[in-house]
Amino acid sequence: MDANGILQILIFIALIVGLTPILGGFMSRLFSGERVLLTPVLAPVERGLYRLGGIDPAAEQHWSRYALSLLAFNLAGAVLLYSLQRLQGVLPLNPAEMGAVPPDLAFNTAISFITNTNWQSYGGETTMSHLVQMAGLTVQNFVSAATGIAVAVALIRGFARHNARAIGNFYVDLTRAVLYLLLPICMVGAMILVWQGVPQTLLASVDVNTLEGIKQTIAQGPVASQMMIKHLGTNGGGFFNVNASHPFENPTALVNLIHMVSILAIGAGLTNSFGRMVGDTRQGWALFGAMGTLFVLGITVTYWAEAQGNPAMAALGIDPTLAGSLEGKEVRFGIALSSLFAVVTTAASCGAVNAMHDSLMPLAGMVPLINMMLGEIVIGGVGAGFYGIIIFVIHTMFIAGLMVGRTPEYLGKKIEAKEVKLAVMATLIFPVSALGLGAVALLGGSAAIPAGGPHGLSELLYAYVSATANNGSAFAGFGANTVLHNSLLAFAMLLGRFIVIIPALAIAGALAAKKTVPASVGTFPSHGGLFVGLLTSVILVVGGLTFFPVLALGPIVEHLMLAAGILF
Amino acid sequence: MSIHRPQSLALFDGAILSRAAGEAVLKLDPRQLIRNPVMFATALVALFATILTVKDISQPHVAVMAQISAWLWFTVLFANFAEAIAEGRGKAQAASLRGTRTGTIAHQIASIDSANSHDVPAERLRVGDLVVCEAGDTIPGDGDVVAGIATIDESAITGESAPVIRESGGDRSAVTGGTRVVSDRIVVRITADPGQSFLDRMIALVEGAKRQKTPNEIALTILLVGMSLIFLIVVATLPAFASWSGTTIPMVFLIALFVTLIPTTIGGLLSAIGIAGMDRLVTFNVIAKSGRSVEAAGDIDVLLLDKTGTITLGARQAAEFLPLSTVNERDLAEAAFLASLADETPEGKSIVALALSRFALSEPPLARMSFIPFSAHTRMSGVDIDGIEIRKGATDSITAYVANKTGRTLGGMPRDLVQSVEKVAKAGGTPLVVAREDRLLGVIHLKDIIKPGIRARFSTLRAMGIKTVMVTGDNPLTAAAIAAEAGVDDFLAEATPEKKLELIREYQKGGRLVAMCGDGSNDAPALAQADVGVAMNTGTQAAREAGNMVDLESDPTKLIEIVMIGKQLLMSRGSLTTFSIANDVAKYFAIIPALFLASYPQLQALNVMNLASPQSAILSAIIFNALIIIALIPLALKGVRYRPASAETLLKRNLLIYGLGGLIVPFAGIKLIDLAIAALGLA
Repeated sequence: MDANGILQILIFIALIVGLTPILGGFMSRLFSGERVLLTPVLAPVERGLYRLGGIDPAAEQHWSRYALSLLAFNLAGAVLLYSLQRLQGVLPLNPAEMGAVPPDLAFNTAISFITNTNWQSYGGETTMSHLVQMAGLTVQNFVSAATGIAVAVALIRGFARHNARAIGNFYVDLTRAVLYLLLPICMVGAMILVWQGVPQTLLASVDVNTLEGIKQTIAQGPVASQMMIKHLGTNGGGFFNVNASHPFENPTALVNLIHMVSILAIGAGLTNSFGRMVGDTRQGWALFGAMGTLFVLGITVTYWAEAQGNPAMAALGIDPTLAGSLEGKEVRFGIALSSLFAVVTTAASCGAVNAMHDSLMPLAGMVPLINMMLGEIVIGGVGAGFYGIIIFVIHTMFIAGLMVGRTPEYLGKKIEAKEVKLAVMATLIFPVSALGLGAVALLGGSAAIPAGGPHGLSELLYAYVSATANNGSAFAGFGANTVLHNSLLAFAMLLGRFIVIIPALAIAGALAAKKTVPASVGTFPSHGGLFVGLLTSVILVVGGLTFFPVLALGPIVEHLMLAAGILF
Repeated sequence: MSIHRPQSLALFDGAILSRAAGEAVLKLDPRQLIRNPVMFATALVALFATILTVKDISQPHVAVMAQISAWLWFTVLFANFAEAIAEGRGKAQAASLRGTRTGTIAHQIASIDSANSHDVPAERLRVGDLVVCEAGDTIPGDGDVVAGIATIDESAITGESAPVIRESGGDRSAVTGGTRVVSDRIVVRITADPGQSFLDRMIALVEGAKRQKTPNEIALTILLVGMSLIFLIVVATLPAFASWSGTTIPMVFLIALFVTLIPTTIGGLLSAIGIAGMDRLVTFNVIAKSGRSVEAAGDIDVLLLDKTGTITLGARQAAEFLPLSTVNERDLAEAAFLASLADETPEGKSIVALALSRFALSEPPLARMSFIPFSAHTRMSGVDIDGIEIRKGATDSITAYVANKTGRTLGGMPRDLVQSVEKVAKAGGTPLVVAREDRLLGVIHLKDIIKPGIRARFSTLRAMGIKTVMVTGDNPLTAAAIAAEAGVDDFLAEATPEKKLELIREYQKGGRLVAMCGDGSNDAPALAQADVGVAMNTGTQAAREAGNMVDLESDPTKLIEIVMIGKQLLMSRGSLTTFSIANDVAKYFAIIPALFLASYPQLQALNVMNLASPQSAILSAIIFNALIIIALIPLALKGVRYRPASAETLLKRNLLIYGLGGLIVPFAGIKLIDLAIAALGLA
């Protein structure tokens, strides 16, 4: 750990803190239907889209209707994306003349992109045509992100409203998120990326003779347009197989910073929108505070563990702490920025990587794993992080409410059996999917695991946790492209996405219908340090109790064995 | 008069304990266990572990297996035991209230006027039946007096030794089964079927098998079931993950891990906590009609309190005489003295006492005086002495009386009378105007006496976040003065039953929960509308039906205790849940290294308690898990201590004790048990 590294991390955190109220204010105005910067230009487009889709933007939906619209829209997206992949051989914009994607892989990829996971069982440049990358994957990058934001906004409305039946209109929220928020930022951002050297072309890959005289195929394509939304929408699916460690995806330090900031920007901003929309910005900062505490904990452990280096190096007469653990990293990013990127991408459910997580030190690799196991609520995926942490807030306020001798309430909404039941359902799905499907996968498909010992278990565990958390990053050695894993992982992504979204929307509906109870001295305030501390502890305890046994069998024992000089 | 309360039982009464031990076994009946999902799951795996032990009877490790199975059964039995103790205490207390009801013979009649009665056992009476009760009879069931008036000894229920009057019509018509008629004869219409009376319902609330779960209890149960399911998945998938390193985990160890992780502590004590909350109410002589209302009491944020009897002493005291400028004080005092001689009310007595303390007055012979009692119609009282009329009463009625006498029109009230009346009202007093014949003499200042200590109680309530509203028939001026003196937050002046109901609705519309107490028939709608309505036992049957609690002592200030009991109930559940979850950390550190030590010796580093052997570690964890239930029974019965304070302070304190405590205690406990096991050579 050095001053330079710590400073870069602090600058990054300061940028996020600074951006949060700006984006938060913008989104709260946007989703309250107020005028925003681009309204004069985009309002006619928005109206045209509604007319095209036969949507009455003034007609608000009951939560069940909202959920059905969302599911129908995502189903249509999955069918479209699956078809595009299967038919890419006969469709245009396929300069490399790639054939149809196999059914299990196409299915896995379709689910992966509609769920905002972007788990990639394939190498992008060797599998997908430009058409699939642009019209299929990039489109889903936008709408899956917008779906998450819509759910978050609907849930916020649940708190903000009282005695109300409806929680908004899904199509309006979706359209506004894409049109006013994601597209403009991505357009500007993609220009900057192009300026910094990220390719944006429809040409096929080029063959060159290198200085060493070897023939090399250099893949290229419409990269910049996909890069921006991949991070801003916490999608994470790279154009290239090695993702953001590829110099075309991540050519400079500035681009690296833009990537990292865009990953957290919207998720962090939503906490602020929440505060504004419920009429008390402190509530938003409290959630941000809990997320921030976990984030700082994570980056501290990761950076420290990486900077320590591998103790086995000492045996070779090299001081491991001199440069830290550089295996699997781009030297130009170094320890600090690789550690930061790893924590950022797993804190949000992005999954883009600029270093190979498989090569992280055991304890450093455990942090991304834990970030995902907590349910991606450390800022989290766009929208998903917000509704994820609200599930934890419900658990926290339920226990806290009982402990102060009142029927639990949060923001004046009583938390009763119905809300607890829905929150429990959303919490339960994580172990069911990550541990349940992970165990089935281990029994049936252990051949995909290249490494032995505890590290092999970590690789498989990481895959299933990543899929359930809709993250999409991987411990890269894991050979996921088999029918079994493609299917099981797709299933995990579906469970982790929709079995949280549906309860979250149901909670939104239940809350909106309730009356708002005014706070009194007897109400436990949800904006102070005690609340932040309690929420953070509940998140860590629930995550810890669920995953301690497997963590003990994976990274923890690997760390202990490494200390004893046993390597894998 | 002495108020007797049900004996507050010693925490562990020998008879209750021995009966509870027996019932703990009876409660293993699966139909009863299923009501408590966490304990049902524990019982199921205990059964499974027992079968496995029997199957492996000849194996060398059977001793440890048998011990684990036994402790799993103990876990269930201890939870049953906790519930049985709470039930036993509740029943004992309710029984002491119940008095001598069984075997009462009722004299049933066909109609109010019928002279012939026939005897039936009290248990056979149904709602609507008419019974006649005469001096010496025990009233056979809860009911309403429909004819007659009688004095009734209610000491069996309230402990008050002085008999009370019950009569048809009016606000004092309700009678309670088990009380005894001392004089006269009344006809009672039965209003509760046998088994449905207040006491019967109360007893049902303290019986675990019949008890309805309260809303918060249902929500908490869902959370506990959810956690149990998470741990079920954790434990069920563990063999697969362990197989990667070639480890096989014995089934009994997995079962032990499962039971130690699921929240058995709170699961085992949940029912006992709920019953104990009811028990505490009974100790205060309050009968709740549902558990739901007790829980709602903890949420109350507005308390409506009647001024008279609650905030002020029932009786007002004469404080001073304010004569008109043309009258000397002695004349006024003498007239007031004479007019009050026959007035037996505390107010009247206080006027006599004040007059005598100021001037040497003598009573004229009785024969010369003819007393005019107070009537609701004239709203004044007084005396005629040798044909001279002296009257005292409300300002408007006396001025009307004088105007009538002199033949002058109304409105010509003397300036200084108006001033005196206003002065008294502003000070929070009640002005009583005195007149002799056609001449106004002046005003008696009747002062409301605020109950001692009531101010402190209101500031306590404020600290709890509860707003107090005083309800009074007084004019706004008087009400404001008393409200300020008593320290209530708000008041409703010139209250009528309709206004009261309206006020409750208004608060509820704003999302607040309102509690009130009342006794009259016209209170019934408000009592029904309030979230917590406490009916006074002296009140009408209508009021008692409308409220969701009945206070046998008819003490309106008891609302404060009821609120505290409600809060304590929720706090006990929350704190023990936190404790239960925090315990799991230590249990993981005991069991996880033990399970995998053979495959990964490096995991010894996680054995921070340095437990003797894997077998001993698992056994210690499971024994701790069972014993902690027993250890916490007193806490479940007494409830977590509640001290009025802000929510933040309460939470800090409870988190420190039950959160941090829950984290640390099991480390020490498991280590101690492990030392004992090693010393005894049990594993």
